[in-house]
Amino acid sequence: MSFLSISGLRKSFGQHVAVAGLDLTVARGEFMALLGPSGCGKTTTLQMIAGFVPPDRGTITLEGEDLVRVKPNRRGLGLVFQSYALFPHMTAAGNVAFGLEMQRLPRAECDKRVADMLALVGLATFAERFPRQLSGGQQQRVALARALAIRPRVLLLDEPLSNLDAKLREEMQIELRQILRSLGATTILVTHDQAEAMALSDRIAVMNAGRIEQVGTPTQVYERPATPFVAGFLGKTNVLAVEVRAEAGGTAAVIGDTRWPLPARIVPGRASASIRPEKISFVLDGAGAGLAGTVRTRVFQGVHWLYQIDTPAGALIVIKQNVGDMMPGEGAPVRLTWRAEDMTLGPAK
Amino acid sequence: MTPRVLPYLLSAPALLLFVGVVLIPIAMTVVLSFNDWSMTRGIIPEFTLKNWQEVFGDAYFYGIFFRTLRLALIVTLITAVFGAPEAYVLNRMRRPWKGLFLLIVLAPLLISVVARTLGWALLFGGQTGLINKSLLALGVIATPIPFMFTETGVIIALSHVLIPFMVLAVWTALQQLDPQVENAARSLGAAPALALYRVVLPQVMPGLLSGAIIVFALAASAFATPAIIGGRRLKVASTLAYDEFLNTLNWPLGGTVATLLLIALVAIIVGANRLIERRYAQVFQ
Amino acid sequence: MTRNGPLALAYHTVFIAFILAPILIVCWVAFTPLGYLSIPIDAFSLRWFRAIADYPEFITAFWSSIALAALSSTVAIALSVPAALAVARHRFPGREAITALFLSPLMIPPVVLGVALLRFFTQVGLGGTFAGLVLGHIVIVFPFALRLVLAAAAGMDRSIEHAAISLGASDAAVFRRVTLPLILPGVASGWLLAFITSFDEVTMTVFVATPATMTLPVRMFLYIQDNIDPLVTSVSAVVIVLTAILMLLIEWLYGLERLLVGRHAETT
Repeated sequence: MSFLSISGLRKSFGQHVAVAGLDLTVARGEFMALLGPSGCGKTTTLQMIAGFVPPDRGTITLEGEDLVRVKPNRRGLGLVFQSYALFPHMTAAGNVAFGLEMQRLPRAECDKRVADMLALVGLATFAERFPRQLSGGQQQRVALARALAIRPRVLLLDEPLSNLDAKLREEMQIELRQILRSLGATTILVTHDQAEAMALSDRIAVMNAGRIEQVGTPTQVYERPATPFVAGFLGKTNVLAVEVRAEAGGTAAVIGDTRWPLPARIVPGRASASIRPEKISFVLDGAGAGLAGTVRTRVFQGVHWLYQIDTPAGALIVIKQNVGDMMPGEGAPVRLTWRAEDMTLGPAK
Repeated sequence: MTPRVLPYLLSAPALLLFVGVVLIPIAMTVVLSFNDWSMTRGIIPEFTLKNWQEVFGDAYFYGIFFRTLRLALIVTLITAVFGAPEAYVLNRMRRPWKGLFLLIVLAPLLISVVARTLGWALLFGGQTGLINKSLLALGVIATPIPFMFTETGVIIALSHVLIPFMVLAVWTALQQLDPQVENAARSLGAAPALALYRVVLPQVMPGLLSGAIIVFALAASAFATPAIIGGRRLKVASTLAYDEFLNTLNWPLGGTVATLLLIALVAIIVGANRLIERRYAQVFQ
Repeated sequence: MTRNGPLALAYHTVFIAFILAPILIVCWVAFTPLGYLSIPIDAFSLRWFRAIADYPEFITAFWSSIALAALSSTVAIALSVPAALAVARHRFPGREAITALFLSPLMIPPVVLGVALLRFFTQVGLGGTFAGLVLGHIVIVFPFALRLVLAAAAGMDRSIEHAAISLGASDAAVFRRVTLPLILPGVASGWLLAFITSFDEVTMTVFVATPATMTLPVRMFLYIQDNIDPLVTSVSAVVIVLTAILMLLIEWLYGLERLLVGRHAETT
């Protein structure tokens, strides 16, 4: 039995369906990210796990216990909010101690754990400061310490780093990962930042319009996106119109006179194909194979070259590592190719 | 406890109070306006329209109502014309003067209206009033200007009492303004006065009108100031009700005056608010 | 931002003089050494301040007003905290109507309320009682208290309460340890504003008060109707000074501007 299990979760607000049948399992000690654009239902899902929004249908089970029946103040979950939500009228130590006071922990033990937690997040000397005397990053760490102090069964993070500036955010990501790894905390992170999700999590659940489109490790969802949405949300991608034709021995995707053989189960007809810019290659031999195109612009970016190529199927972005080879110039005719398994097919636009 | 019931339970005590001390008494007053009265028998609990006929028919009564509305209108105009520029001037001051003078302008709102009106009585009094004494001594006038027991006196005193509300309303509206907008108009060639008129004033207008509604309502229902400055002979709606209730003891008639005042004011306030909201909808986003 | 030119400053000076004139003249005349009202005064004497002691009805009225204001403010605040939480936090049918009802005393002319309460109290046997007076004042000051508590409740970040809940706090603990401390500035300033409003209230009170339950503003008002002499100016001066002290207290604790403007106004 998995540690946290969500099944058939549904929530509507009036006419708007926020979460439309969600299934997810999280293993003990795992770091799971719910990744998606705003409005995809990830925060609502988190709020249902936390107990602040009652689900219309579905179950949430933690260690075999039906969580939906349990009041939010008894679920033993740690929450870190986007706005930190620190108690402004209490010191950092007071904030961290709050959950322990609610548990009626003896004073001595409470003080020790508060000191340990603040030391863990690197704020040992800031215990007597009030939130308004702390910087954004420091407040975030107090919020983390406060949530971890109660030894929660699951830690829920709701876009915790989005209020920090870029550099601080990167530093906090590394720290967060170290702290949570060292504690072995089961964590669910809600974020719209795909780089953050890929950097921090063991697995990512990519959400769109209330549903999970794919669950997998960062490598899996990036390299093998299940749908064009997933392909487009993580990293850059190109989307082309293709025609799927039935052939002897299977089906093939066809653009112009170029074809890529596909597994037989693809239904023939018009479709769209996503292909990542770094997966496209220039055909160097003069065999004439590959998709014909003309280089519109070429930008040197140090580590790689960024190309914009016009083809009959649309404009493509191509990224090529800078390995010292001669690269086609602007206006040059080129032929492009890629492996069939690097394409993700979806419905025609 | 379900979230459904909770808000009702929380508001219940206050709700009970209001139903008991506001709704029921007012309803009783409306009923009272339809009761009969005689000097010998007091209130007669029979249905009659004679109070309403008297209020609308007798020139004495609707004269007083017209005077009340007229005074309220003039006071509103004066407070708007003089209060709005002051709010603008305050807004352009530096710290700490800005806060200090705003406090000085608004603080009188917390001081007893009786004390403030007494001050005007001292300033106004016939020969002994300070204003007249100074003007006579300076040779500006030959005979004292009558202020006490005149509409002019009531208007001046009421304007003084109510102008802080107008300043507050316009000042609040000015806080929402981006000061750069006015500078942008100037940089495009507008003279200062024109920039004010074409750019600042339209944006401040909803706040100004809200303030005007508040001032009008308070001026129309004013009691202490017209009673002290206007005296027994110069009646407004509130002092009329006082007269009927506590002097003549014709409670049904007094109740009629009160009901009419209530209906008129509520209608004007709600109507004016609706008009402002519709006309300035985009400013309220 | 352009500064004010000399014309604007001249206007401002005249305006301020206009605002302060009646208040200052009352305080000034109160120091007259003469036995009757005469302006200007050429010497300063405390005789009319000492004379207040000879008029116990003013002193009784003063304490009555204090007790009335304290009692009605406290009850009004006690009722407005749950009401504000209900209105600020929940969407329920009738919410707008109930809020309008709670704020209605602002729109109802005090005269009308006075008349209505006089009639009502006479019918139910509360006529001329202190309790009736208290009830009337509670209702009149309630909107002032409610607006400030409401602003505090609505301005509070709800996620702070959610954080407390997630850390194991029961509803009562959340209210006691988190909500109440955070809305306390609104509650305290609501109480103070209600107190001042009740203390100064004259229009409604003049209908409901009787010689047995006289308040200071009504006593002053009735006195002035008969004659204006230095006694009432010295009483007024005392009231003005006490109000000024209270205002300084509010300014120090909370910020007078925030109280009157209703929200945090940054002065730049």
